[in-house]
Amino acid sequence: MPSALINVPAKAKRGDIIEIKTLMSHIMETGYRHMASGEIVPRDIITSFTCRYNGSEIFRADLFPAIAANPFIAFFTTATASGKFEFEWIGDNGFSETASASITVE
Amino acid sequence: MHRLPQSTRRHFLGLAGGAAVAGAVPIVTLRPAESTPAMLASAINNVTQGVLVRTGKVKLDVPPLVENGNTVPMTVSVDNPMTAENHVRSIHVFNEKNPQPNVGNFHLGPLAGRAQVSTRIRLADSQKIVAIAKLSDGSFWSASIDIIVTLAACTEEVI
Repeated sequence: MPSALINVPAKAKRGDIIEIKTLMSHIMETGYRHMASGEIVPRDIITSFTCRYNGSEIFRADLFPAIAANPFIAFFTTATASGKFEFEWIGDNGFSETASASITVE
Repeated sequence: MHRLPQSTRRHFLGLAGGAAVAGAVPIVTLRPAESTPAMLASAINNVTQGVLVRTGKVKLDVPPLVENGNTVPMTVSVDNPMTAENHVRSIHVFNEKNPQPNVGNFHLGPLAGRAQVSTRIRLADSQKIVAIAKLSDGSFWSASIDIIVTLAACTEEVI
């Protein structure tokens, strides 16, 4: 089941500034909530998000419990060459997901 | 059970009072964690390492009145060119009253084209949000905004 949604323009002109939108399905449990029995619900969040464009890192984010569930992150980059965007989410309890999207630059 | 010989009413009341005081202490420590302005200041200092933070350049877009603190859309943009010599290196967002002062750190590069990041955040209370941008020349710029939250995040119980 794909748990990530990526929005990257399929085509762009060289030098264009393009917006990349990402959404990852994740509970982002803060570690500050209690169950009715009084126990704390253990923290389970995504701690890091990285985007690489043809192998080089263009954007990275450190996330904290204050990021809402199903983290949505949107940012910009310059279209320099046709190729691939690779996205990686890393989190608590060994969470690790990747996704990719390709772009044609004319 | 051994019964104390001098077990008087006064003695009993003294014991009961002591127990009440002892019971009150954990109630105080069980208050939900909340970051204080001091924690906010130290979190900011961790990023800036004591460099003066100037106001300006940064624009923080958050609705001033939020109904649901569980998902609050937030956009931070920095009015600065993105060239190899002069660009925004990172954007850091902090809050005043969530259990932790950090919200997120976003690292950009000269190829970002536009220094703008959008995400959705949680707010546990009506409070101040601070965004700080670090530029490639080492200077820091900030913006802050006060937000009113009617339904707080983080505090509800899980059934």
